[in-house]
Amino acid sequence: MDRINGNGRKAVDSDTENVLRGKSVISGSVKGRLVVSREPLSFWGGYDLGTGEIIDRQHHLSGKIVKDCILAVPETKGSSTTTAVLLEAIHRGNAPLAIITLGVDSFLALALVVAEEMYRKSIPLVALNSEEYSALPSGHQIRVEEDGRIIWMQTNR
Amino acid sequence: MKLKLSESDSSKLAGESGRAVQMAMSILVRMSEIQGAEHLLSIVSSHIDSALYIGDSTLDYAERLVDLGAKVCVPTTLNVAGVDHHGWDSWDVPAEWADKARRQMLAYKAMECRPTWTCAPYQTEARPGFGDQIAWGESSAIVFANSVLGARSERYPDLLDICAALAGRVPAIGLHLDENRSGQILIRLKSISGALLDSDEFYPVLGHQIGKLAGSRVVVLDPVDVNPSEDQLKALGAAMASSGAVALFHWVGITPEAPTIHDAFRGRTPEGIIDVSLNDLVGARKELSSSTSDRLDMVVLGSPHFSLNELRALVPLIEGRHCDPRIRFLVTTGRGVKLLAEEMGLLEALAEFGAEITVDTCILTTPMLPSEICSLMTNSAKYAYYTPGLLDREVVFGSTEACVESAVSGKVIKDDRLWIV
Repeated sequence: MDRINGNGRKAVDSDTENVLRGKSVISGSVKGRLVVSREPLSFWGGYDLGTGEIIDRQHHLSGKIVKDCILAVPETKGSSTTTAVLLEAIHRGNAPLAIITLGVDSFLALALVVAEEMYRKSIPLVALNSEEYSALPSGHQIRVEEDGRIIWMQTNR
Repeated sequence: MKLKLSESDSSKLAGESGRAVQMAMSILVRMSEIQGAEHLLSIVSSHIDSALYIGDSTLDYAERLVDLGAKVCVPTTLNVAGVDHHGWDSWDVPAEWADKARRQMLAYKAMECRPTWTCAPYQTEARPGFGDQIAWGESSAIVFANSVLGARSERYPDLLDICAALAGRVPAIGLHLDENRSGQILIRLKSISGALLDSDEFYPVLGHQIGKLAGSRVVVLDPVDVNPSEDQLKALGAAMASSGAVALFHWVGITPEAPTIHDAFRGRTPEGIIDVSLNDLVGARKELSSSTSDRLDMVVLGSPHFSLNELRALVPLIEGRHCDPRIRFLVTTGRGVKLLAEEMGLLEALAEFGAEITVDTCILTTPMLPSEICSLMTNSAKYAYYTPGLLDREVVFGSTEACVESAVSGKVIKDDRLWIV
C-alpha cells in the first residue's frame, strides 16, 4: 500500500490520500461507501437481487443493504447461480456500485462480462492481494479508478 | 503467459461455426484471459445449471443463444429448473413466473440439452468416468463428479457452462489440470464414535463444518474405519459446497484419487492440518437449524435430489404410518429416479403415508411454497443452509428418521443421542 504524504497531499493539510494499486479485472470508475466482508459470499441465497440486501443468515453482513455501496468480498462460495443473480441485479439496477475481491473471482467476472455482452452495462471489478485487502477501510468513502487504483482520504487527527 | 488458441478455436471465434458458437467462444476467451489460461482444452460432457430462471436477464441470455442458432456439441444434461412439469400448479408458483421459467427451460431444450432436470445427474442419466474432462455447473454435482467419480471439472458458474457445451472447449485451468488436484488441507476426525460415523446424519454436518474451514481449497480427509455410501458422500460434498466453495475432496482409502495420503497430496505438504472434534460438529449441527421451536409445517427431503437408494430406505420408515394431515411431506428428486422408483413399486408407500414427490425442481429454485408454510424440517444441509435467506422461513435440521417422526407427530421431534459430547 502507498501512503502518499508528499505529492498526494490534498487541500486539507492533515488529510492523507491512501492508494491501493489493485488489478482492474473489469474496468470502470466509481465513488461510494465501502462495505468490507471478511467472509466469502454466495450471491444465490446470499444477495437479494430485488433490494441488494445480504440475506445469508449465517453471514456477518446479514441484513446490510449494499446495492448503493462498493462491496469488498474475499471470494464467492456456494452456488453456481451466483453469476445469474449478479447479472440480474445489474440488469435491474440493484447491484453494488463496484466489487473488490481478494484475487480474481471468476464467478463475479463472468457475470460482468455477460452483462457487458448482453446489456452494454457493467460495474467495475478490482482484485487485490491479501495485504491490500486487509488494508481496505470499511465504512469510508472510496474511489475506484479505471486502472484498478482504490483511493480514499484519511483525516489525521 | 498469453492465451494461445488452436486453429479451430480461432475459427469458432471468427464465427465460422455460427454466431452462437462465436458468442460462446468470445465469452470463453475473455474468461480465459481473466483467469490466466494458456490454452483451451476439449470436454466430453457438460451439465448445465443456466436453465434456472432467475429473472429477465437469464431468459434473455437463453433466448439470445437460441436466436443465434445454438446447439450443444457434447452430451449435455440439465440441472433443476424453475418449474415441475408434472404438477407445479398444485403449488403456489405465480403463473407469470412459471411461464417465463418454462420459456427458459424450452430454450435449453432447443439447444439440444437433455431434459434431465436434476441436480444429481450422476444418479441415473450421466455418470462421467475417471479422468474425463467435463464442464459441470451445480456446486453439489461438481464436487461429486470431481471427488467421488474422479472426473475433472472446474466450478462452472451459470452462463459459462452453456458456453462450454456450445464450443466444446474450456479454459485449461484449475481442477482440469493435474497439478491443481492435490490436497491443500488435511482434516482429521477426532474421537468420533463408530455409531455416528455410520449414521447418515453425520455427513451433511461434517460437510457443513469442513466447508467453513476450507473455503475453496482442496480438502483431504484422514482415513476412518467406515466405508461411506455414495449417498453419504453426496450429502458431504453438497454441504461443503454450500458453506464453502469446495469443488474437490479426497478421502484417503475411499475416493479414487486418494488410495494413500501421499497420493491425495501428490507428495506435497499440507498447507494446514485441522482437527474436527465431536464438539465442533455439535456446533455445526446447531447452525443448521435456524429455529428452536417445535412448530412444523413441512418436511422436505432431497437436496441434492433423492436417489433410488434413499427412496428405498425411506419406505420401511413410513410403511403403515401416516403423516399428520397438517404437515406436508415433500421429497424432491429427478424424473429419472422417480420413474425407476415407480417401476420398483416404491411410490405406493409414499402416497399412503401422505408424502408428495416433486421432480425437475426443488423448493429453493421455484417460489412454490404457500405462505402458510413457515417452519420446515429437513435432513439436507443444503436445504438447511439456504432456506432462511432464500425462502425467509425457519428450518430445523435432523436425521431422516427424526424428520419422519416429526411428520407423524405434527411437531419437531429431535434426536440428539448420537451428538452428546
